[in-house]
Amino acid sequence: MNIKEVFAEKLSKGERVIIPYITAGFPGLEETIELIRVIENAGCGIAEVGVPFSDPMADGPTIQYSSQKALEKGVTLGKTLALLKKNRAKFHIPLVIMGYYNPFYQFGLEKLAREAKEAGVQGFIIPDLPLEEAGEWVKLCRSHEIDTIFLVSPTTSLERAEKIAKLCTGFLYCVSVTGVTGARKEFPPYLKNYLKNLQKITDLPRAVGFGISSPEHIKMLYPHAEGMVVGSALIEVIRKHPRQPQLGEETAKFLGGLVQAAANR
Amino acid sequence: MKYPDKRGRFGKFGGKFVPETLIPLLEELESAYLAARKDEEFKKELNYYLREYAGRPTPLYFAERISQKIGGAKIYLKREDLLHTGAHKINNTLGQVLLARRMGKKRIIAETGAGQHGVATATVCALLGMECLVYMGEIDIERQKMNVFRMELLGARVVPVSSGSKTLKDAINEAIRDWVTNVKTTHYLIGSVVGPHPYPLLVRDFQAVIGREAKRQILAKEGRLPDYLIACVGGGSNSIGLFYPFRRDRVKIIGVEAGGYGVDTLKHAATLVKGSPGVLHGAFSYLLQDKDGQIIETHSVAPGLDYPGVGPEHSYFKDTRTAEYTAVTDQEAIEAFHTVSEVEGIIPALESAHALAYAMKLSSRLSKDKIIIVNLSGRGDKDLEIVREYVGERE
Repeated sequence: MNIKEVFAEKLSKGERVIIPYITAGFPGLEETIELIRVIENAGCGIAEVGVPFSDPMADGPTIQYSSQKALEKGVTLGKTLALLKKNRAKFHIPLVIMGYYNPFYQFGLEKLAREAKEAGVQGFIIPDLPLEEAGEWVKLCRSHEIDTIFLVSPTTSLERAEKIAKLCTGFLYCVSVTGVTGARKEFPPYLKNYLKNLQKITDLPRAVGFGISSPEHIKMLYPHAEGMVVGSALIEVIRKHPRQPQLGEETAKFLGGLVQAAANR
Repeated sequence: MKYPDKRGRFGKFGGKFVPETLIPLLEELESAYLAARKDEEFKKELNYYLREYAGRPTPLYFAERISQKIGGAKIYLKREDLLHTGAHKINNTLGQVLLARRMGKKRIIAETGAGQHGVATATVCALLGMECLVYMGEIDIERQKMNVFRMELLGARVVPVSSGSKTLKDAINEAIRDWVTNVKTTHYLIGSVVGPHPYPLLVRDFQAVIGREAKRQILAKEGRLPDYLIACVGGGSNSIGLFYPFRRDRVKIIGVEAGGYGVDTLKHAATLVKGSPGVLHGAFSYLLQDKDGQIIETHSVAPGLDYPGVGPEHSYFKDTRTAEYTAVTDQEAIEAFHTVSEVEGIIPALESAHALAYAMKLSSRLSKDKIIIVNLSGRGDKDLEIVREYVGERE
């Protein structure tokens, strides 16, 4: 299934798509594959795999920590792609790679698009590549049939969001708050209106990210978006239970709660 | 062609590689700046503070004793060290805080490595009644305790940064994280010609007063342009400030980077000499990075040069051969620090000592009719502890 089909299927059943984020190589590369399987088995629609970077300026302390730990273990973009490629028969949900632009640029954008496709990657999120700088990358992804997922933020004007949506495929990543990634207790009052306005300018599914950490959040967002990205809160669970079998059990339990909330049951 | 272009590019360098949340802010900043640049009132206000508060113009001093000692070219020093707070940094902080005030911002955040930019920011915030927060790596806080105390005296809050390498680049990351969170109220006052567009443009413009004055002064003193311009390059603000007004003249322009233990070791900060292009802190420019595109930790005895990136306009100057870039080692900089202190009675900042070291080396090969201008970007009081320890370690 591709990203579009995942949304179509979940929405037809009245469900929302949970998109968990994990950092490649945290707590280890082997666990990354196990975690993708947990994500799939829990009924999440898409898995987002982060490639660690030394200077993650859009991330809060939790993802900074997991990135730093992964880097200390020698995790690179090349190793991440090789791992995914080797194990691609083990899972069926779409994989999306999230990462900062510099490691991608050094790897070579053409080579990246090609090798990502071979590894079964279906989309990319690059938080420091705004629409102005993304021309070449978008072209490459189109020719390799890879989705380019862009972010919109509460500071983005609707006019600009419309331009972004035109370059965006798969889903539109709607940043919930001004700020960095990280679990939060509550969301700003303007969130509902902001999401509603985005629906006016695009048919893309809207996935909300930044700060989502509980089934209550999912329930609250259910009427206003088609997908929810959960990053830091999941990384915290992994951090607390880095060893098997607890790692698999605890992450499955946590994600199960979110998926249930996303099914509106 | 005028650089940067509309996309904030100097040739292929520069741009805006930042999270979406910041893009509208950068656009707002750009249009506010372009309007201010044309506004006579703004210029008048900035010039007033530069003159009455910071102490401009600074002298272009003929360093006769050094010139004689080396026996080569005539060496002139552009005395930015005589400015209030002891370095060129205040040219930019005055400009940006006045701009932020025009934009209705109440809160200023800044990053600092050595503490010089933090002190200059805290100073101007005290002067103009702005709230001021300075991000500083934990390791730098340890190395620069007096500057932390200075900033606090000036009413700023210094926030320790414990992520990554706990130095300048991580302080910039943390300042960006604050900014992305407090976009509406806050102006991020970047201290060098780095970061996303329009920062490299506006910081360059605020620092170009150095080169404009130097040009006028050398023409008055010598009746001609100099043969060489020499300045140190960390992020590159003092150097671009000197170089920019001369970029189309027949003058040889040389930027001096931090060679640390030597550019063939792993411990240096010679970004243009040894680095390769990539994206850091919002701009495409030369960087020190590993083969996977991770940013490398740098080293320099001069805290203000200890940074793995460089301003995109310098990258452009390098590739278009508008300027040439070289490096001197810690050891050479320390020697120049001592020589200039002893012979001229001027204690230079260790950053500026890099430019001085190269100028003296070059001068010894030049004839007496040649003229060199060196940017003495800051005074060395802040570095006394470092120099004392350096000498101690060697003994």
